[in-house]
Amino acid sequence: MTAIAPGTVPKSSPRGSAARARMLRGLLPALSLALVLIAIAWLNPRAISYFGFNLMLNLAIPIALATIAQMFVIAGNELDLSIGTFVGFVGCVTATWLRDATLIGIVVLIGSIGVYALLGALIHLRNLPSIVVTLGMSFVWQGLAILVLPKPGGKAPDWLLAIMSFKPPYIPFPILAALLIAAVVHFGLMRTSYGVILRGSGGNAAALRRAGWSLLRTKVALFALTGLFGVLSGMALIGITTSADANIGNGYTLLSIAGVILGGGEFVGGRVSPIGAVLGALTLALAASPLLTFMHIPPDWQVAANGAILIIVLAARVLISRRER
Amino acid sequence: MASLRMVLEKPWLWSFVGALVVWLATIAFTGGYGAGGMVTAALSLAVFTVIVGVGQMFVITLGPGNVDLSLPANIGLASAVAMKVMGGSDAMIVVGLLAALACGAAIGAINYLLIRALRIPPIIATLSASFIIQSVDISYGRGLQIKPPPGFADFTNWQVLGVPVLAMLTVVFTIGAALALQRMIYGRSVLAIGQNIRAAWLAGVNVGRIRFLTYTLCGALGGIDGALLAGYFRGANVDIGNEYLLASIAVVVIGGTSVAGGKANVPGVWGAGLFLVLLLTMLNTFGVSAGVRLVLTGLIIVGVITAAGGEKPVR
Repeated sequence: MTAIAPGTVPKSSPRGSAARARMLRGLLPALSLALVLIAIAWLNPRAISYFGFNLMLNLAIPIALATIAQMFVIAGNELDLSIGTFVGFVGCVTATWLRDATLIGIVVLIGSIGVYALLGALIHLRNLPSIVVTLGMSFVWQGLAILVLPKPGGKAPDWLLAIMSFKPPYIPFPILAALLIAAVVHFGLMRTSYGVILRGSGGNAAALRRAGWSLLRTKVALFALTGLFGVLSGMALIGITTSADANIGNGYTLLSIAGVILGGGEFVGGRVSPIGAVLGALTLALAASPLLTFMHIPPDWQVAANGAILIIVLAARVLISRRER
Repeated sequence: MASLRMVLEKPWLWSFVGALVVWLATIAFTGGYGAGGMVTAALSLAVFTVIVGVGQMFVITLGPGNVDLSLPANIGLASAVAMKVMGGSDAMIVVGLLAALACGAAIGAINYLLIRALRIPPIIATLSASFIIQSVDISYGRGLQIKPPPGFADFTNWQVLGVPVLAMLTVVFTIGAALALQRMIYGRSVLAIGQNIRAAWLAGVNVGRIRFLTYTLCGALGGIDGALLAGYFRGANVDIGNEYLLASIAVVVIGGTSVAGGKANVPGVWGAGLFLVLLLTMLNTFGVSAGVRLVLTGLIIVGVITAAGGEKPVR
């Protein structure tokens, strides 16, 4: 948002309290997850177990991957409204071609990442609004998904099923996977020099251009990464559900945006956090269904719970930011 | 010649040209059969896109990041509210329309409240609001009398000499919207905010009030649209507004309104609305499958946006 709130002059405050507020703000995603976990533990202590987590966080892996995908475009000040139908498309390809004609499946999936990269180039070169382009693309992916798999069905490749039903000792697989995803993306985006450039393209594009970096390349890279994680998300989803449906990923568009924002990401300025995004995705996955079920709230209100959590966390963030100023 | 060039430079012209081309392609395919009926059908359906399109246009004109993603949920809830209040009785039509209008306006006002109080981008504010509205609608709409009163259903389907009355009324409404945009202080303020919010504020524009009015207006238009849709399709349901998220944004952009804000175009919304509806009719006439139709719709929208191009950012 570029709104200049008139009259909000930064108050001078002791440096210590500002730093504390910033730390609190950084901890907010973890705090919201902890709060949801405590609520679940209080309502149903048996859920906090190896098998409980395996069940509750079952769908958290694809949601976390889709959230990371969304995070990359948001880091470049864009938005992807097609990620949900893209995940659905990938799911349909995974459940059909990837099993029956592995080579074609691989080519199609890599090609779809290429389409994402091209979209990034198109959006940059023609200076197009990403919202409209990706909204249009959401129809394309949905249509392709229906063409690949007209009726719900198909079957996940055996190796994918084996990976997704992996049962490591002590730590439930979804938690292990979430840790791995967060660590890899955190290292890549926050700790490497090109990661800084990628985030910089959202933070201060003009400065980056003057320093000699190609903004076209950063946008293509960010969109290609979104495509890559979208593919991973679709494959993970089919590894869990074992069969596909053209509409299987539709809810992921909004979930992924909500996850990024819950995780402390901002729409402008390249301010994103991979660890926060994964935590945000876990919070949404837990709050949407297990928590409501334990609270005996009808599933009608599942979507509302997501909206309410988003508003509560954002309100908390405003309260903290006010102290930060 | 000079006047011809002036007309050709109008950004809204191309949306009408596109609509005409699609229409000609379709009647060429059918050999002229159903050409008039197609226009009538296109006008009746385009009305719903145009109404929300105008609301979305005012919001988008406020500047980058301003967009109302809660319109589909808003339309869904307002259609249920309208049908519930009308309760199938002709005497309650006006009350029902007012209820839908109030419901939509309230949603718009809440949207702005979230944007203002939480200082979050409108996309996220309207998105979170739409999550909640959707649930309210699902829970409220369950087991509800959703049929419109016969008088209201007839009114929304009423045609005079092949021209839908609703379309005529919407033309009057869009002329009003164009006047409000170009000739009234409110419209000029919206444009000024979209061009440079800080300059507008320094020039004495009450930025907060104008933005509040704009979001409320957009919500109210979504509400009235929901009621009319429920009348036209003879029933309300939760998904009735789903297609209007893409449609409302697409008609604004295709119609020549700048996504960067500060430049709006009302006639283009009509052209783009007709274009989208005729496009769907064409693809249906050609008998393509649902999958191909979706792919082509998406590709054409992306193609049109690419051809129209984005504005170079003003520095």
